[in-house]
Amino acid sequence: MWDQILQFLLTGITLGSTYALVALGFAIIYNASDVVNLAQGEFVMLGAMSAIALSAGQGLPLPLAILLAVLLTLVVGLMLQRFAIAPAKGITVVGTIIITIGASIFLRGLALLLWGKDIQALPHFSGETPLRWGDLTLLPQSLWVMGGTALLVLGVQLFFNRTLLGKAILACSCNKTAAQLVGINVGRMLLVAYGLSALLGAMAGVLVTPITYTSYDAGIMLGLKGFAAAVLGGMGNPMGAVAGGLLLGLLESLAAGLISSGYKDAIAFIILLLVLFLRPSGLFGRAVSERV
Amino acid sequence: MPSSEPLLQVRGLQGCYGPVRVLHGVDLDIAAGELVALVGANGAGKTTLLRILSGLHRASAGQIRLDGADIGRLPPHRIVAAGICQVPEGRQVFAPLSVSDNLRLGGYAQRRDPAWLERRLRFVYDLFPILAERHAQLAGTLSGGQQQMLAIGRALLGRPRLLLLDEPSMGLAPLLVEEILRVIGELNRQGVTILLVEQNARAALSIAHRGYVLETGRVALAAPAATLLADEGVKRAYLGY
Ligand SMILES: Nc1ncnc2c1ncn2[C@@H]1O[C@H](COP(=O)(O)OP(=O)(O)OP(=O)(O)O)[C@@H](O)[C@H]1O
Ligand SMILES: [Mg+2]
Repeated sequence: MWDQILQFLLTGITLGSTYALVALGFAIIYNASDVVNLAQGEFVMLGAMSAIALSAGQGLPLPLAILLAVLLTLVVGLMLQRFAIAPAKGITVVGTIIITIGASIFLRGLALLLWGKDIQALPHFSGETPLRWGDLTLLPQSLWVMGGTALLVLGVQLFFNRTLLGKAILACSCNKTAAQLVGINVGRMLLVAYGLSALLGAMAGVLVTPITYTSYDAGIMLGLKGFAAAVLGGMGNPMGAVAGGLLLGLLESLAAGLISSGYKDAIAFIILLLVLFLRPSGLFGRAVSERV
Repeated sequence: MPSSEPLLQVRGLQGCYGPVRVLHGVDLDIAAGELVALVGANGAGKTTLLRILSGLHRASAGQIRLDGADIGRLPPHRIVAAGICQVPEGRQVFAPLSVSDNLRLGGYAQRRDPAWLERRLRFVYDLFPILAERHAQLAGTLSGGQQQMLAIGRALLGRPRLLLLDEPSMGLAPLLVEEILRVIGELNRQGVTILLVEQNARAALSIAHRGYVLETGRVALAAPAATLLADEGVKRAYLGY
């Protein structure tokens, strides 16, 4: 019994790592602009699908295909901000969110046209022979997912805590007027935020797709789950989002294992509703309350 | 007063919020090295004028020249780079960030000159030793007076050729008001050109070279500070006796 639960936990952390990266992307853009970027899941799908197209389709070596796929998604994220969000200056937050919905539909359609409807897989990075400890098994790819996520989260953490550019983005999120008055180009910071979110989404996609597979519409579910995780962690709190993602993955895996796998996808939505009803500020709220 | 072109030259400036015009053609000159006070009642348009000068709000008509160059259409970050830094109304420090991060961000526009920033940072810490003491503390946890010092220090790190201050004495105890005004006068003596907006007209005029009185969006009076301090009308309306 305990072995089994441990097994569910391992699966949960793997799944949760992906949600954590997507949630982190949500939190970064939300922090910088109060906008929920509903195309976040499509970044994950784009990263995965383009890596598959470049490796299986074009025959590029896997590492190169992955690098290009991540860069491509990064460019898509920058273009989304530059050509869809920035020109709509002065529009309300809700209006901007609707633009991101439009962008997500567009990207999904584009993926459908380019790559078709089939479910597709990316090769495992270091083989598919599970590691074993007694009854416990773990795919090497799970280690890639967990390790990659840990590195990315650490990198984001360092970026916001140690670099002037990261601090400038934080400054925009806590007081836009004051940020402008110290000479920060607020639009430029938004561009960086979208680029960073796209990068995180794409990395999540290429890391987890060998295990979960992907398709042109995989971004819908991943986006919603990442959103649920971000809300659970307290919207706009990056490390809360990461914790929310891991927690969601664990709960899903336990629900699937102990109750029925049919409930797995329902967990995110149950959590979303519960948090919104009971504790809209999420488990961890905002990192620091703002005084004006 | 130098007879050459003023550092800042504002002509016929109009400012609106939607259909409501709140500045009706303001003219204003500031020579390099001057400390100019801008006083006026609540809602006269002082903050609006400063917001327009910093590029936060677009003028609906008129001209703004800095050293002869038209800066009226520049975005805020370009105006900071051109040398106009503002200490905004209500201080507006970055509350969740530390004191030293606030100051580092103040130097954002000068980030390519770390040696100068380092020197300037030491200057600011010497000016306000309490900030050095509390450099690791979150700005939101500082007292009002300390936040005002931080806001001034932050603006100084932007390398202002013209420093705009919007009611730096607001909400401070009398002793602190005196201290802040002393520092502002001192900065000016060290060569910083300053436009000081205050409702506390007596205090502002007592350290300024010249003053402007703004009344419902119009310049009602412009004169040397001493003249304004002695003016019967100004006394009655703004100095409270
Ligand atoms: N964002 C805004 N939208 C609409 N009207 C505004 C806005 N900000 C200011 N006003 C109006 O413009 C006029 C000038 O306001 P402003 O804040 O510039 O005055 P002020 O001289 O700075 O006043 P105070 O001494 O209260 O700071 C006022 O009538 C005010 O109500
Ligand atoms: Mg004001």
